Amino acid sequence: MTEPLARPKPRNPVRALRLPTLPPGARSRAALRLTAAAAEGRLELQHCFDCATVQYPPRAACQKCLSHRLEWRETDGAGELISDTVLHHSNELYYRERVPLRLGLVRLDAGPSLLAHLHGDCTLGRARLRAQLDRSGQAVVVALPPQDTTNMADDPMLREMTCDPKFRKVLITDGKGAVGQALARALVEAGADIVWIGIAEPWKQAPRLDAKQVETVPLDVTDERSVRDLAGVIGGKVDILINTAEFHRAHGVADRGTETARAEMEVNYLGLLRLAQAFGPAMRARAAEGTVPATAWVNLLSIYALSALPSHGTFSASKAAAFALSQNLRAEMHQAGIRVMNVFPGPIDDEWNQLVPPPKLGAPALATAIVRALRDGVEDLYPGDIAQDIVARFRESQKVLERELWDQ
Amino acid sequence: MSRACYDGVVVASPVTIPYVRYSTRDAHWFLGRALAALVKQSGVKKEQLDGLCVSSFTLFPDTAVGLTQHFGLSPRWLDHIPMGGASGVVALRRAARAVQAGDAGIVACIAGDTNHVDSFRQNLANFSRFARDAVYPFGAGGPNASFALLTSYYMHQYGIEPRDFGKLCVAQRDNALKFPHALFRKPLTLDEYLNARPIAEPLRLFDCVMPCAGAEAFLVLAEDRARSLDLPFARILGTIERHNAFPDDPIQIRGGWALDRDDLFAQAGAGAADMDFAEVYDDYPVINVMQLEDLGFCPKGDGAGFVRRNSFTVGGTLPLNTSGGQLSVGQAGAAGGYLGFTEAVRQLTGRALGAQVENARLGLVSGFGMINYDRGLCGGAVVLGAA
Repeated sequence: MTEPLARPKPRNPVRALRLPTLPPGARSRAALRLTAAAAEGRLELQHCFDCATVQYPPRAACQKCLSHRLEWRETDGAGELISDTVLHHSNELYYRERVPLRLGLVRLDAGPSLLAHLHGDCTLGRARLRAQLDRSGQAVVVALPPQDTTNMADDPMLREMTCDPKFRKVLITDGKGAVGQALARALVEAGADIVWIGIAEPWKQAPRLDAKQVETVPLDVTDERSVRDLAGVIGGKVDILINTAEFHRAHGVADRGTETARAEMEVNYLGLLRLAQAFGPAMRARAAEGTVPATAWVNLLSIYALSALPSHGTFSASKAAAFALSQNLRAEMHQAGIRVMNVFPGPIDDEWNQLVPPPKLGAPALATAIVRALRDGVEDLYPGDIAQDIVARFRESQKVLERELWDQ
Repeated sequence: MSRACYDGVVVASPVTIPYVRYSTRDAHWFLGRALAALVKQSGVKKEQLDGLCVSSFTLFPDTAVGLTQHFGLSPRWLDHIPMGGASGVVALRRAARAVQAGDAGIVACIAGDTNHVDSFRQNLANFSRFARDAVYPFGAGGPNASFALLTSYYMHQYGIEPRDFGKLCVAQRDNALKFPHALFRKPLTLDEYLNARPIAEPLRLFDCVMPCAGAEAFLVLAEDRARSLDLPFARILGTIERHNAFPDDPIQIRGGWALDRDDLFAQAGAGAADMDFAEVYDDYPVINVMQLEDLGFCPKGDGAGFVRRNSFTVGGTLPLNTSGGQLSVGQAGAAGGYLGFTEAVRQLTGRALGAQVENARLGLVSGFGMINYDRGLCGGAVVLGAA
């Protein structure tokens, strides 16, 4: 079993912050495919199309038959830990701060041997491999014990890879909507220390959440001053920021005027930009602090950020803009090891999707999926059946999907 | 078809450029010193060096090609051997055949590296594509982690004890005490070995070579040429090399020597038991044991017993790494793959700089190199004989 994570003590303000460092992030182009799969929580390895050999590290040809027809396929992580070591020394700053560190060689049942970070409960014998993004944002291989163990998620190595809300302070930028409310509940259940929920119009009656960890804070993402004011108060404490603020109308391009489109951009795009400028720097500075450093930034986008839904045209466009911005934010935040997670839900079961036929994604299901994704340390989340369906079609043919969305 | 022998080709003029822990010089400087020392020691004019073979990790962006202009050489035969600890074996094989075929008359084989304060880390980070993709990101401090895993596996498999590895390190240190170029010349006790701090368990401090700067070199030429130059020499009796041997082994437990040793000893006309000494590649003691097994000094799995039955010191049974090996002399990058050759040639010509093996007639030198991902890929061995 794993030693349970202790509640972190308040930081001694006299002591210097531990500055963020990263594990080595350089990879070959081929190896980035491992990262691409790990970003969604899958272990994918190269499989030879012609002779079915599974190989690792990634190569340009099959090592058995020299075929160049290599496919990245999801691979069962079951294997045997055949040898292990404890590193007491590393040449990299990031690891010098984190030794002693367990590494092992796991022979997958599928064939190859993989060097892996070892969970503290791993012993020689059966093990499960997962691909995880490390703090550099690149994939590494992690070995877990064959069955779940007590307090497993509290393993220090695993905590480096994941963004577990336990003992963390979380800001939900819009806590008034159904999604924000459900998220606050799920985060409290997951052991979050404080959940701040932003309310844009505090004079209106906000729904009350019956948990001592939840605090309401004034936050209007369309107002730069409001964003900066809040950052001045809690910006140095937020470990996870979840941007749920959203403006959504069912408008197409032919609908008259630019007012709706402008309002959507104000919240969905510029709101994110304002938040990034006000909260980003402080989070980056605290990315290596103590046992529960600042860890993740979550953006609630839409599956229609990938390919527009014409009946919700201006909304899709604002989400596409937010997606592009979020990719930039990720590139900047990763320099400190903060993970930017993009969530691409299909239609959410709320008042702005009344005319969208089911299946729709309920707020509690979305909240559960986001919390699970934080615990798993993934970076791109396509929650629910519609999102899964659309992303699969998007990857099959972007153009076919574009045509098919015309009639929906 | 049996392989042609190396009759009439010899190795001469072993050169060592003294090692230093860190240097502000570049690899070119060390290699230039090695060439100059070869010329001075052998009496061969620089213009007569018509073959050049180079090994170095820190020569970037140059290769052997750049060195020809750098040092004003116009060789008619040129090779660059990027095989780390196997460089010496492979350079000798290539050069010997070139001389035998008449493609070159005198080949200068040089290997060396510098070691800046931060160059080791940078070399590790960019060592190979597999290392960059699948080892270095895990914090593994170079080959330490890979060798820790091999050592741990070997220990589980064959029941060898830390004190057995310690015995090898202590014996090599004993040999090093008289070797003028060894960076470690303080006696090492088994207790010190066992109580040293862990680096990557089960490896302790004295299991790991120390990276340093320096160079090694030798000449390969025809026997009559060596005689006319009045150069003492050693004969090449047999050689093997093998790369990426046993790729289906889930972890390295043996090297290519196990495939080819019969070929080696058949060519040499002698067996492992006939060797008066051995210079095996020793960046970590587990690989000494693997080489002793795979080269037939003892059966596979009997490494521990063999270690317990022998003393490995000069003057004892099976003198091993008679200069102290890399574990005591230091690892000057690719020169580590040459250390055994310069020492073996000195021993076989009766010119040891340190302790001399009495009446040394036959010696084995083996190389091992390039932890590309999880195991060393290049292996080879040579049997040398006294003139």
